[in-house]
This record gives sequence, structure tokens and C-alpha cells, in this order.
Amino acid sequence: MPRRTMIEAIRDAMDVSMARDERVIVFGEDVGFFGGVFRCTQGLQAKYGKSRCFDAPISESGIVGSAIGMAAYGLKPCVEVQFADYVYPAYDQIVSEAARLRYRSNGDFTCPIVVRMPTGGGIFGGQTHSQSPEALFTHVSGLKVVVPSNPHDAKGLLIAAIEDPDPVIFLEPKRLYNGPFDGHHERPVTPWSKHELGEVADGHYTVPLGKAVIRRPGAAVTVLAYGTMVYVAEAAAEEIGIDAEIIDLRTLLPLDLETIVDSVNRTGRCVIVHEATLTSGFGAELSALVQENCFYHLEAPVVRVAGWDTPYPHAQEWDYFPGPARLGRALVETMEA
Amino acid sequence: MADAGMLRFHVPEPEVRPGGTPDFSNVTIAKAGSVPRPEIDVDPRDIRDLAFSIIRVLNRAGEAVGPWAGLLSDDELLEGLRHMMTLRSFDARMQMAQRQGKTSFYMQHLGEEAVSCAFRKALAPGDMNFPTYRQAGLLIADGYPMVTMMNQIYSNEADPLKGRQLPIMYSSKEHGFFSISGNLATQYIQAVGWAMASAISNDSKIAAAWIGDGSTAESDFHSALVFASTYKAPVVLNVVNNQWAISTFQGIARGGSGTFAARGLGFGIPSLRVDGNDYLAVHAVAKWAAERARKNLGPTLVEYVTYRVGAHSSSDDPSAYRPKAESDAWPLGDPIVRLKNHLIQRGVWSDERHTQTEAEILETVIAAQREAERHGTLHAGGKPSARDMFEGVYAEMPPHLRRQRQQAGV
Repeated sequence: MPRRTMIEAIRDAMDVSMARDERVIVFGEDVGFFGGVFRCTQGLQAKYGKSRCFDAPISESGIVGSAIGMAAYGLKPCVEVQFADYVYPAYDQIVSEAARLRYRSNGDFTCPIVVRMPTGGGIFGGQTHSQSPEALFTHVSGLKVVVPSNPHDAKGLLIAAIEDPDPVIFLEPKRLYNGPFDGHHERPVTPWSKHELGEVADGHYTVPLGKAVIRRPGAAVTVLAYGTMVYVAEAAAEEIGIDAEIIDLRTLLPLDLETIVDSVNRTGRCVIVHEATLTSGFGAELSALVQENCFYHLEAPVVRVAGWDTPYPHAQEWDYFPGPARLGRALVETMEA
Repeated sequence: MADAGMLRFHVPEPEVRPGGTPDFSNVTIAKAGSVPRPEIDVDPRDIRDLAFSIIRVLNRAGEAVGPWAGLLSDDELLEGLRHMMTLRSFDARMQMAQRQGKTSFYMQHLGEEAVSCAFRKALAPGDMNFPTYRQAGLLIADGYPMVTMMNQIYSNEADPLKGRQLPIMYSSKEHGFFSISGNLATQYIQAVGWAMASAISNDSKIAAAWIGDGSTAESDFHSALVFASTYKAPVVLNVVNNQWAISTFQGIARGGSGTFAARGLGFGIPSLRVDGNDYLAVHAVAKWAAERARKNLGPTLVEYVTYRVGAHSSSDDPSAYRPKAESDAWPLGDPIVRLKNHLIQRGVWSDERHTQTEAEILETVIAAQREAERHGTLHAGGKPSARDMFEGVYAEMPPHLRRQRQQAGV
């Protein structure tokens, strides 16, 4: 099976979707001729023409707002916001419009759009190229929120998102674009070509939305992770020698509660990890759900490891980023609690 | 540099406040028939002055004059008059129903009936409007059942939106009326996207975007103009300048200079200003703009100069911020009276027939109201099921919503 980077897998997902359904339209800033600042749309304009893949003005509300209108017409726009840090001008369109169109019109109009955006830190991106705003979307009824962690899932989830009848926020951890990253910034990065999850089948396949996957089965503690943190969790568990069960959530909304509850009820312990800031982050929702559903199986308090409640700094990147050392300490504390 | 003195902060104010004498002497009104009618493929640079004038057809004597006249037959005009009268009658009954506690909220169109009623007749089947909350004339003029509108206003068991939406936030794909949102200006850019989609699909349908004077200050107004201009989208960009955004006079949004139509010029969009109380002028300009869009000539911006005669909403009291008789002083008059006089002048209408028609329409509206009330009002009779509250958030109900519905016991 061919190996692809996450960038190539995402591009392939759009290519496959555009070839299968002429209603699929791709646009955003620098997405057309240039092929995207991360190369995710390279070649699509040449292959499908300017009506299907084109450059947009620098206006996030314009990009998402026009996509909503296109969806109301009957197209399936898959648009890009260059960095998740710059989605806020489109927040009104996403929250007030895309998420509610089906509900408020009683299905008269629907909004099958995908809003792709590179997310997450670990790349010296500073304050406005590192944020993880997923909790701002998981709080919105009517949206689906997806965060892939590897090329295979990225392609399958993106095709599923494009085919989904509801609006999907598709967050791509840019730290994972070229290879997995476990937080060990001092070591050279392994490319996806050397990783089995870099195996991406040609053609059409989907990874269903709303289904988590167990990346590492274990019996001692459940780790709930997504995006880059999946590899940080794997590294932390290995380094301290704890038999952790690592769940890659993949879709945050709707959430695969069944897989989570089943795991925590077996292990009796739960550590949640995300890059996003702690307070009111998605970890708070996960923690509450575990507490509500697994209370009588819990042998220790649920622990959250997250970005600090500060804007994402530049020079202090590795003091901020929740790496394997910090997560490892949390795992040890949980086991000793 | 010499001492420039202290800076002073500028806040525009309307000319007159409550207790003062209404004064519209600063509103320059072009003579009916005086503004030329350019070819639809005109270079936008050649008609810049149309963004600063006012296209008008009906003169003081009720005659249709000038190059924008003569597009509508007597029957079409009589139909237009009936639409406007129906909307006004509907408004009055629904405003009363709100006062009687049959619904929580209502917004009237008083004085602005010509804008949406005449515009609708310039569109073709399949075209899509992206209206604000003050264009119900688009529905009335397209034959959307009044009973259905009332069912929505009453949030009753027959409400097509299942009680989920605030009154008057209608939605009808079939009637080219996009779902109304409470968030201002959002639909302006969506209309452009819809038009882009039509062009991408090599379709022949066009979109119409709607916004009020106040909401042009929202950023989505700007993004809509950029996208419409960049992609030459087949869209008519309508700005209904009724002088007031709740209590705020239009100078606050406009910055005290230029016109709303002039905003389009910076984007290279042909921009026209039209007498919003002149049914014939509104229709003629709408038709011009729609034809441009349909012939792939791109977007047009149209500013309708009108006046919001009624309160902003059933929750508003305009006497707190503007003179009570200001609407009487409005120089463009009343759209219904003006079309009525024109039809009388044309010899196809009379005061008697007008009064008789008014009574007939009122009966029709009351009959519709009776029928709607049989399905319930907000606080009495049939209502949408609580189960409906959980439906339609997603195409398929996800597990967490199923659990919540179960918890709610519905």
C-alpha cells in the first residue's frame, strides 16, 4: 500500500471527492493556483479547473459565508481557513448560520460544508499559528468536530466529512503534516513513510465520524487523546513503562462515549490530554462525562494535562506544549493515587 | 508644526429629536423621470452619478414619466397594489395579535411595502432571496399562504418551522425565500455564495441579497461586496435605507457622507439609488439589475430610499428618539397612496374600488387568521411537540441528543 504524508492524504481525499462528485468545490486563501501554503490543494485547480478550486479574498467570514450560500444552493464546499488561529472572523457564520441552518429552517435548507483548518502547536508558531480552538466548536450544537492524527485517518475522515450532510469543522494538526511527533523536539522527526499509519489506500474509503479508535490497548489507565497528543501519550506510556490504553478520539463531536466508558470501566483510571488551554477546554467535557458514567469504577481522580491558561508563547514553546515528560508525571500520579 | 489644538470627538446626530419639527430639507430628491436609464451592459464607471441621485418614475401628479417608466401593464400594477395592501393589512392584524398576547413578537413593514413587493415581481421562478426580517412582501407577492405565515408567527402545531424560530423568521425554499437569521448581515455574503454556486453550476438562476441601512456597517456587508465583485456573481445587492436602525439614524452607519449606493462604487459594482416608495421605479430598477445578473454581467447594488414609518418592532417605541410626525413629513410619501393615485390617474382605479378592496383584503386576512388560530397561538391551543426540539440539529440524531431527549421525557 502506498505511503503518504498527512498533506498528501488530505489532498488525495479532496481529489477523490472532487472526482466522484462534481458538487464538491474547494476554495480558500492561496488554495487555487499556488496549491495552499501547506500544499494540501496542490494540483487540484489544474486538474478540476478554476470553477472547482479557486483562490479567495482574505476574508474568513466571506469564505465560510459564501460556502454556506453555496451549500444552500446544493453544492458541497470544502473550504480552508489558513490557520485555525484565524477562524474567529468566521465564527459568526459558523455558529449562527452553518450550525443552525437545518434546525431553524426545519430542513428546508441544509449546510453540508467542511471547514478545514491547520491547528495545534509544537512548531514555534507563536500566538497566532499554534492555537487549538476545538472547544469553541464542540460547544456549538449542529456542528461536527474532527481531529485526525495520521494520514490514513485524515483521508478517510475528510472524505466522510465531505460526504456528511452536516457542517464539519476539520482540524488538521499541522505538527503531524509531515510525520508523527511525540513531543521529543530534541530528536529528528520520522517521516510518515517510515510509519505504518502512513499507509494510505488509493481511491475511495471512509473512516466513520463519531468513532474513536484504541491506538494502544492497555489495562492500567485510559488516556484520552487526539491529534498530536496521541503520539505524546504513546511516548509517555512507553518511557515510564505503564500499561496505558490510549484512545484516539478522532471525532470530538459527536463523541464516541461508548469506547471511552468501556475502557475506563476496565482500567479504573483516566488521564485526558490536549494542547488547548485547560480552563473550559474539551478536556473538561471529557472529564465530566467520565465522572458521570464511570464513577463507581474510578480508583483515582480524573486528571487533565493541557496547555497552560496563557496565550501560546514563542520562546517558551516546550515549557508550554504538554510533552511526554509532563504527561508521564501525570500518569505516575494517577497510578499512585 | 503649529499647535493644532485639542482633538474633538465627532458623533453624528439626526437633525431633529422628539419635540422638534421634522425636517428633511437635507434630503435631495431628484425629479421623477430625470435620471437616465443606461444599457444593462454599461461600464460601471460611466454611471457613477446614479449612486448619488434617485431614480423615480411617479411624479406628483401620479403620472409615470421618464426612461424607467412603462414596464408594467395595468393588471400587473393592480396586482402590485393588492400585494402592498395585503402586506399592510397583514401587518396591522399581526401587530394587534402581538398586543393581544397571541404571539411574543412582530415587525411591521409600514411605509416599505413597495420595496419587497415590487422586487419580487422582477425575479424568475427558482431565483433565491436572502431576506432580512423586513421583506415579507417577497412572500406575499409570490403567493405564499398567509395562513402559513401566521402559523409561524403563532408557533402553533402547524408552524412549518416547528416552533423553533422567533416569529417572522420565515423560511421557504419553494418560494425563493432563504431562512431568516437573527444575526444581521450574515445572509448578505451567503447570497453571493448562492449566486457563485449558480454560476459554477452553469445555471440561469440569480440571487438577491437584502440588508438594511444600519447593518451595512457589519463586516459581512464588506465581504459580500468583495466576493460579488471579485467573482462577478449573479446577485442583486439590495440596501433598504429606511433612515433608521432601531433608534440610530442612518448617519451613524453611513459616516455622514456619501450614500449607501456609493459604497458599491469602490468595488466597481454598478450602483443605483431608487425611490423606495415608488412601486414602478423599484420594479424597473430591480428588473434592470436582475437582467444584468442573468446575462452574466455581474452584481448590481441598489439602495432603496424609503422611511420606516412604524416602530422598529413590537418591542420598540420610536417616540423616544424621533418626532412623532416625522413620517408625515417624509418627502417620498406613502407607496400605497402613490400607486393608488397613479392607477386612478390611469383611469383603471377609483377611491371607491380602493376602499372596497381594502375591506375585501381585511376579510381575507381575518379569515386566514381564524384558520391559523384553529391550530393554536403561542400560549393557547395546539403547539409543536417537545420532541421536535431535538430533531433537525443534525441530519441523524447523535447519541448524546437521544440521551437528552430521553432525559427530557419526550
